[in-house]
Amino acid sequence: MSAPLLQTEGLGKRFVLHLQGGIELNVLADVDLTVHAGECVALAGPSGAGKSTLLRSLYGNYRADTGRILVRHHGAEIDIVTALPRVVVQVRNETLGYVSQFLRVVPRVAALDIVAEAARGLSREAARAEAAALLHRLNIPARLHALPPATFSGGEQQRINLARGFIGGHPILLLDEPTASLDAANRDVVIGMIREAKARGTAIVGIFHDAIVRDAVADRLYHVTPLQDAA
Amino acid sequence: MSEGTLLSARGLNLSFGAIPALVEVDADLWPGEMLAIVGESGSGKTTLLNVLSGKLRPQSGVVWYRDPQGALHDVHAMPAPSLRALHRSDWGFVHQNPRENLRMAVTAGGNVGERLMAQGSRHYGDIRAAAIDWLAQVEIDPARVDDLPRTFSGGMLQRLQIARTLVTHPRLVFMDEPTGGLDVSVQARLLDLIRSLVRRLGIAAVLVTHDLSVARLLAERIMVMQRGVVVEAGLTDQVLDDPRHPYTQLLVSSVLQA
Repeated sequence: MSAPLLQTEGLGKRFVLHLQGGIELNVLADVDLTVHAGECVALAGPSGAGKSTLLRSLYGNYRADTGRILVRHHGAEIDIVTALPRVVVQVRNETLGYVSQFLRVVPRVAALDIVAEAARGLSREAARAEAAALLHRLNIPARLHALPPATFSGGEQQRINLARGFIGGHPILLLDEPTASLDAANRDVVIGMIREAKARGTAIVGIFHDAIVRDAVADRLYHVTPLQDAA
Repeated sequence: MSEGTLLSARGLNLSFGAIPALVEVDADLWPGEMLAIVGESGSGKTTLLNVLSGKLRPQSGVVWYRDPQGALHDVHAMPAPSLRALHRSDWGFVHQNPRENLRMAVTAGGNVGERLMAQGSRHYGDIRAAAIDWLAQVEIDPARVDDLPRTFSGGMLQRLQIARTLVTHPRLVFMDEPTGGLDVSVQARLLDLIRSLVRRLGIAAVLVTHDLSVARLLAERIMVMQRGVVVEAGLTDQVLDDPRHPYTQLLVSSVLQA
């Protein structure tokens, strides 16, 4: 088998809450996860087990305390845990995409531009055309494209987020509940997009509470166990 | 100095009497990136901006600037005329109060054109065309080109200041609370404008703000200051979503959720 695109070794994460008297929360320990091209791994485990913490750590949004997170970036191996911030920015721009549950953007920017800005290697016109096509596929009607998404419904905002996450075509995609606020029709569109990304060789790690989506896209599960129970 | 940086500071110290404003501060800025400096009033963030830009001399430490030819300059050892020339050409400064930068008795177009003339532009038609183009870029009606800034609103003055600063295509812009004191709706417009201009022109910027959401939307990297000390630094989303230092945790948890 070819070299993995994403691999963790002995990954651990704890939080120290200084404002709550220095309470320590151990959330992740000894996480060894390997993801190859074209493979989708679903993180499984009860609520509060640390699935989102793991996903955020993979993206470098949370800082792991122990272990390594190795990402194949332009043929080289980068450890997200120790990489300089500006290197992490490059890895995110070109290799590692992330679809969060919440849309966080500058107010006043049109939905179409938010999506087009995330495109890579396209001219401005081509990026806008691609963005419009993706938004249409996700059933965002053209009349909404020029509006800032602040006033959109939860499901619409999530679809803007999805379009923004998928337009870049990153080799590795992290998906945090990508269908949480979607109806059945849109859920099926997202399933189709995930499958197409896999067919292109994208490595995917996701949290899917919806069993239909999980069964449709995941090749295997990675169980995240709450540490208190495991101890 | 780290490799390829535009600006690098090492070991900056400065006290005002018994009050430490900068304690062993290091900072690096690479071309085209935006670095936010956050902290409460009195944390030393504006002092740091003034020291980085050569306006204020540290008691110890050094600030290096790499010019377009790749030569390094010790900002605080430069002769005053060279530093002034740098501020007129390669660098820009956006103040919280636009009146500190604008000439209120000169027209809007004159304010923008003046910086071009200071750089040696002499063709009146070209200067006026550039001024009108920049007014449009900062979303000021070009018909106001001959109006005096005192007839402008606070948000328009701030945008005029930005046009005046960016017209010479600086490589590095220092911004001190650029959205401070503006209405929220005007702030959003200005944020969008700064972000798109900085990105399109590939400008590097050091941004001082007390507003964490402004830092999050504009800057890739962040430094958190408390009593002159940089207590935490890193990727903006990492520091704000997973703060480690007690002071950063306090700052982040004190923000009202809108």
